[in-house]
Amino acid sequence: MGQETRVRTGARAVMEVLQAEEVELVFGYPGGAVLPLYHELARTSIRHILVRQEQNAVHAASGYARASGKTGVCFATSGPGATNLVTGIATAYMDSVPVVIFTGQVPTSQVGSDAFQETDITGITIPITKHNYLVKDGEELPRIVKEAFYIASTGRPGPVLVDLPKDVALALCQTPVPEKVELRGYKPTYQGHPGQLRALAKLLQEAERPVLFAGGGVVASGAEGYLRELAEKIQAPVATSLTGLGAFPEDNPLALGMVGLHGKPCANHAVMECDLLVGLGVRFDDRVTGAIEKFAPQAKIAHVDIDPAEIGKNVRVDLPLVGDISCVLKELLPLVEPATHPTWLERVKTLRNNYPLTYGRGGEVRPQWVIERLGEMTRGRAIITTDVGQHQMWAALFYGYTEPRTFISSCGLGTMGYGLPAAIGAALARPDRQVWVITGDGSFQMGMAELGTAVEQGLPLKILLFNNQSLAMVRQLQHFYYERQYTAVKFTGNPDFVRLAECYGATGLRITKQEEVVPVLARAMQNDGLTLIECLISEEEMVYPMVLNGAALNEMLLPE
Amino acid sequence: MKRTLSVLVENRPGVLTRVAGLFSRRGYNIDSLAVGRTENPSISRMTIVVDGDEQIIEQVCKQLNKLIDVIKLSDITDDPHVGRELMLIKVNADPAVRGEIMQIVDIFRARIVDIARNSLIIEATGDADKIDALENSLRPFGIREVVRTGKIAMLRGAKTKGMEASGDGTGD
Repeated sequence: MGQETRVRTGARAVMEVLQAEEVELVFGYPGGAVLPLYHELARTSIRHILVRQEQNAVHAASGYARASGKTGVCFATSGPGATNLVTGIATAYMDSVPVVIFTGQVPTSQVGSDAFQETDITGITIPITKHNYLVKDGEELPRIVKEAFYIASTGRPGPVLVDLPKDVALALCQTPVPEKVELRGYKPTYQGHPGQLRALAKLLQEAERPVLFAGGGVVASGAEGYLRELAEKIQAPVATSLTGLGAFPEDNPLALGMVGLHGKPCANHAVMECDLLVGLGVRFDDRVTGAIEKFAPQAKIAHVDIDPAEIGKNVRVDLPLVGDISCVLKELLPLVEPATHPTWLERVKTLRNNYPLTYGRGGEVRPQWVIERLGEMTRGRAIITTDVGQHQMWAALFYGYTEPRTFISSCGLGTMGYGLPAAIGAALARPDRQVWVITGDGSFQMGMAELGTAVEQGLPLKILLFNNQSLAMVRQLQHFYYERQYTAVKFTGNPDFVRLAECYGATGLRITKQEEVVPVLARAMQNDGLTLIECLISEEEMVYPMVLNGAALNEMLLPE
Repeated sequence: MKRTLSVLVENRPGVLTRVAGLFSRRGYNIDSLAVGRTENPSISRMTIVVDGDEQIIEQVCKQLNKLIDVIKLSDITDDPHVGRELMLIKVNADPAVRGEIMQIVDIFRARIVDIARNSLIIEATGDADKIDALENSLRPFGIREVVRTGKIAMLRGAKTKGMEASGDGTGD
């Protein structure tokens, strides 16, 4: 740019970087120490979304990032503002979501003195950020903020925090924004090693029962097209992780769906019977593998990931390949010959027929059935965000995702209260799409104050709230592991959620009988304002399949 | 299995916390960690001795490499290298046994760096075995205090584990 040196405040320099990075909106909550940033933000065209609690600012930024593929940004003040971010940052870290977080900090002269609203937020967030900074010199600010965006969005994406003391934000800074980022300790590997690529092609060619296993890395690198091409070229079935939902269209005949402790029976059996399992941007989480020593016993395992530290961390790997999934698949495709595996595909078909995804009987309204109808009515094209609990697993199993970036959930950390703020971010990122929050009464109450934000921003979110007046996933664990002694899982003080929605100026609807499901869903879809549907279900609902502790993936409990 | 890692890091505040925190957080055992500035003032070198099986060492190295402030990491255990540790040891030394202690200090090519009425401070450098042996030899006299630096290490010959080669080296 050959920019001349201009003197401006540190806060102004931050805005310069935000504008250069084409940041459109920022989620946040102001406070004394971060006011210099807010003062300058008001003088830009960047939109600010005022949330109701800081944690939700990060959640909203991560929902925005996941729906759009861009980097989410949020602001909070020092001390309690910063510590309220912690769960949101950890959530983004576990799911590798690119978010840049700015926190205000007490002036440098007071840092370390236990000043009013001071916390060591860089110290606190070292384990849950990809990197973080405490800026002590305003002249370093343009470089640091540029680096923060670069680090958050490249390689394996993740949250980066910049802690900005008030005096540094106010001090004059004359260093221009650097044109390039140079970090001698950070050089992500994108291209796959040619020898390893050939070796992977050979494994794929030799395999008789291959399974491709796609995770969040496929979505993050935009590799869904290459994945589909590869799967169809070599006729290999594709399983996904929870974060990988949507990476492969579930209406494709090769789709197995989600694998894991609550995975689809057919996917779990296929993983246990395959002779080659190719992990693509997955981390073989313990919720995926079941008992690790019994996982994929007949398979050679190939693992492709941009983060070398993921390879060999949880499972033994026969073929490691470090690289970006898109780059790797693009280079791999010409190296593999078209193949067919008629016997294997026949076996997969048998598995699918013998072990369909079912949910038994009982209860007036079956949540699984409701989600299936929602999937049909939106043709799998709505963006779904969820909270954490039984509803999350039903949303993962019964909706039928056909596109990437349409399933947004706290997969790794399992954060209740994620769904609504994430939906706010997603709706702002994708105004062209309907956004549905699938939630439960437990989770919803952790984030429901954000109804105010959603209404204020005019977001036509649809909230499908399954109310069983209990923490039924915890109840399910007590059912199987604690002799059905149900402790501390019953809510007796729930509000009337329909009236709650109405009191925010939104529309509230209720489903109590099965025949109401389709008309009420249709009414919500036609309503152009925020709509909450309370769906009353039985607390005795279970999530099936379920793999108990210590069992292998194919030793699932299924509904009777 | 003990491995010696030579790690170049940015010379910035907080880097030691990131490295040490990574070990405690992930449950790895640090045997010793020594850190100091290199010939380039913007770079520090950490010499980390870590104990664990092959899988743990691999994870330690990969996780360390993920830190943005880690510039370069080398496992130099199997390369010929000079490894040294410095120890200061304060030992009881009545006039009656002082001569005996001085003999031991001579044998280990250590030095007496402070004399008080009933005690001595001895300075010794060497590999961990030698330092352990000296400490054991002095134990019967009564050890009052021991301070050890942890291992620092450098590759033998002209090879470096730095950012660039910095001239010839000769064997020790």
